[in-house]
Amino acid sequence: MELMSASDFLAILPLLLLAGSSVLIMLLIAIRFSHRLIQLSSLLLFTISFSSLFYIRKAIPYKLEPLLIIDGFSVFIMGLIIFSSIVVNIISYIYFEEKEESPKEYYVLLFLCTLGACVLAVSKHFVSLFLGLEILTVGLYALMAYLRGRNHSIEAGIKYLILAAFSSAFLLFGMALIYMETGSMDFAEIGENLNKIESMSPIFITGLGMMLVGIGFKLAVVPFHMWTADVYQGAPAPVTAFIATASKGGVFAVLFRFFTAIDGFRNDKIILTIVFITIASMIVGNLLALQQKNVKRILAYSSIAHLGYLLVAFIPGSTLSFFALSFYLLAYFITTLSTLGVVTILSDKTGDAEDISAYKALFWQNPILALIFSISLISLAGIPLTAGFIGKFYILSAAIQSGFWLISIVLILSSVIGLYYYLRIITIMFSGRKTTVLKVVESHPVFYRTSLITLVILTLLIIWFGVYPSQLMQFMADLIVW
Amino acid sequence: MILVWLIGILMGGGLLALISGQRNKTLPRWISLYTVSAGFLAIISFWIDHYPISSISNAWLIEYKADWIPAFGITFHLAVDGLSLLLLALTFFLGILAVLCSWTDVKERVGFYHFNLLWILAGICGVFMAMDLFLFYFFWEVMLIPMYFLIGIWGSENRVYAAYKFFIFTQASGLLMLLAILGLYFIHGNNTGNYTFNYLELIGTAIPQGIQNWLMLGFMIAFVVKLPIVPFHSWLPDAHGEAPTAGSLILAGLLLKTGAYGILRFVLPLFPEASANFAPVAMFLGVTGIIYGAIMAFSQTDLKRLIAYTSVSHMGFVMLGIFSFNALALQGVIMQLVTHAVSTGALFIMAGMLKERLHTRDINQMGGLWSQMPRMGAVGMLFAMASLGLPGLGSFIAEFLILLGAFRASPLLTIIATLGLVFSAVYSLRIVQKVFLGPVKKDLPVLDLAWREMFIMASLTISIIWLGMYPQPVINTAKPMVKYIEQIFSGENTSQSHTGKSIPTSQQNNIKDGTYVSK
Repeated sequence: MELMSASDFLAILPLLLLAGSSVLIMLLIAIRFSHRLIQLSSLLLFTISFSSLFYIRKAIPYKLEPLLIIDGFSVFIMGLIIFSSIVVNIISYIYFEEKEESPKEYYVLLFLCTLGACVLAVSKHFVSLFLGLEILTVGLYALMAYLRGRNHSIEAGIKYLILAAFSSAFLLFGMALIYMETGSMDFAEIGENLNKIESMSPIFITGLGMMLVGIGFKLAVVPFHMWTADVYQGAPAPVTAFIATASKGGVFAVLFRFFTAIDGFRNDKIILTIVFITIASMIVGNLLALQQKNVKRILAYSSIAHLGYLLVAFIPGSTLSFFALSFYLLAYFITTLSTLGVVTILSDKTGDAEDISAYKALFWQNPILALIFSISLISLAGIPLTAGFIGKFYILSAAIQSGFWLISIVLILSSVIGLYYYLRIITIMFSGRKTTVLKVVESHPVFYRTSLITLVILTLLIIWFGVYPSQLMQFMADLIVW
Repeated sequence: MILVWLIGILMGGGLLALISGQRNKTLPRWISLYTVSAGFLAIISFWIDHYPISSISNAWLIEYKADWIPAFGITFHLAVDGLSLLLLALTFFLGILAVLCSWTDVKERVGFYHFNLLWILAGICGVFMAMDLFLFYFFWEVMLIPMYFLIGIWGSENRVYAAYKFFIFTQASGLLMLLAILGLYFIHGNNTGNYTFNYLELIGTAIPQGIQNWLMLGFMIAFVVKLPIVPFHSWLPDAHGEAPTAGSLILAGLLLKTGAYGILRFVLPLFPEASANFAPVAMFLGVTGIIYGAIMAFSQTDLKRLIAYTSVSHMGFVMLGIFSFNALALQGVIMQLVTHAVSTGALFIMAGMLKERLHTRDINQMGGLWSQMPRMGAVGMLFAMASLGLPGLGSFIAEFLILLGAFRASPLLTIIATLGLVFSAVYSLRIVQKVFLGPVKKDLPVLDLAWREMFIMASLTISIIWLGMYPQPVINTAKPMVKYIEQIFSGENTSQSHTGKSIPTSQQNNIKDGTYVSK
């Protein structure tokens, strides 16, 4: 058996760094570092892993047979995932310092989940896919239920545990069926074997269908969306931000890689199924959000709709759709992070700022936070001057280029429904009078300011990418050679 | 470069007003007044420099072009012809009045208010100048959010509902237009291999008839909602009624005009055959709007809603005129855009002043105000006359030209539309009767117009009389555009056998050859 070479280690440097960091943080906890030091050192370690991505850029594309592939796309997705972990890490300090007596292990779990999501982004084999997915989900169970004192939190953890285990079983069974049919677990080899036969056999399609069920659960698309709202609501706000971004991004990346490798776009039945899922996600997600009074639940349902939009870009399977998808993921990540970042900052000891009435007259009390929140919501709604608009434009171009008019029209109609609840939150922030009650002076001014600056930077990114996206597009085109 | 400055100065002024509003309440007002006045002077001096426009053979007076998103062939491309120039001048003129008429009206959050006001104006200017369809859509949407805030924060009782309704109607129709834009983009790209959003290059794209109809409808829906034409008008009375005075002024005076401008600039040149097919429906809807708007206006008791419905009626004339496809009617349409902005704007400002004094918009609670406010009574009388189309005032020229032109296209519909003039006399006189004449309802001491209000009303009065007496500058300025549109459609009638590709292409070359004198 061949041993791993130095260049192999170099190629998976970010993964090694993330894994090592989790151990290092565990050791730091063992020697009783304070919460503040743990937070700072994990921030440093995340930043190091993030910068290592720029280092390995020169080496790509690199295949680590048989499990991993490090190409421009996986570097891009890993960059997004680690970036969101950095943001989550920054906004977590105040949130957990206020609540738990021992919030330190949280950071270990955050590293592990990030590692899992990154493994998904680089996997080209069923084994690494499953490995990454399990590292991610097992970490998430604990993260969701981290606030032991809260019933909602425990409920979210248990619910996710059961459903995720269930969906993993589907996924495994699907993989087994595909393995039985094609005799391989490597994406590319499966694709090659498929090309030899004219049509996909029933067993293969069943296997693919079961995998779709499993992945559908993780992505929370309709009709596998039932857990989303409860989990978003119950999980601590920073963890919600992580679920909404990093975990979904990783799963989406591996789905796209797998589908492109086996060229699933040529099978009408499968595409029809995905079209159905897409349309249902867009409509149901937006409709369910209409009546909600809880901001975290609204964001949960809106994320279902956004996954639907992402699938619209996914369906054509063209080069343009690939770029549309990458751009939209980026816009969605930044926007979701800043939205949930605001929710995190506004949360206090007693509970998260999730009731919509908590945002009343926010604009007159804390204009900066209200402005950040408004711009993020406007970006989620896809209105010009924001990255969300360019993303939606990109998606629509991809769909129309390949002649998918129906889903484009559904996208538009459902995003009009979506406007209503985004506007509702914004309206609430602007309604009411300036009351004299000022917020209690922050107990951690330095961390409060750091979190605020992070959110301001995210907001500026949203506007920058919305007004002048061509640099980003150029960067992506250079990085992701397809 | 002046074009970029016009937008830049408005956006910059808006930000400045927002920042200065944190400390000072008067400063944002002065900043916005200076900003808008500077823009107005710039555009007027530009107009005077280029004035005898009809004598120049080319249409585009000035343009600015820079790459924006090269990956999609999107450019930051602004250009101005006579039509744009007229509407830009109108934008800045009404902008000044909007700042002035909210001088005492708005007392809270002054900085944010003026920020919104200036950004709406910036979006409208962008719409009138954009020569790239993506850029056009961008500006089209940019003005929505500030307008939403303007209605939603500073409006009257039912403001939130009105703001939602306005936003959702316009956004939904706008997104359908975006789909149509993308459809056009890909059809042109597949035909020629040149993927571009440039309006001048997209003119003359050969589109299969069936698809052309759909794409035309996609554009139409956005413009028809903004205009508004009858089945899509229901946002208008709410938005106009609930908005603050400056908001109603901008809505009626400028936002509605963007719809008409869009049809003239984009729908007709891009989809000539589809527009010709659609013309009977469009004219019918226009006439329906004229009659329906007039009847609804007559039955309102809320002064602002009443004026809002008169807009529906007047915009029906615009629709009728545009789809008559001849120079007379089109000249009338452009006149109508300008005079309607002035006369309806004046009525809305008057309604705002009455509300400031009487704290009601219900005309049943007004009455006999002439004796207390003779100056406002006289001005109100004048603009009611303008609204009913009295000769000597601008609206008469506009509606007369439209009817004259439309008669050639469809005598029957024109005859029905003429009835609208009778109805407009009924509702206009009702305003005067209920508000200024009759028994005194509230015997409160009411102040007549102050110097600032006098200035606003005087400038509007001078404009409407000038437009009625000597409309030639407007007609001359718009002539190249009018001729161009007439050519598209007269050419088509004579050569039905052509598949549509040839005629618009030659048009396009005409424009391109003689374009862009000054850069």
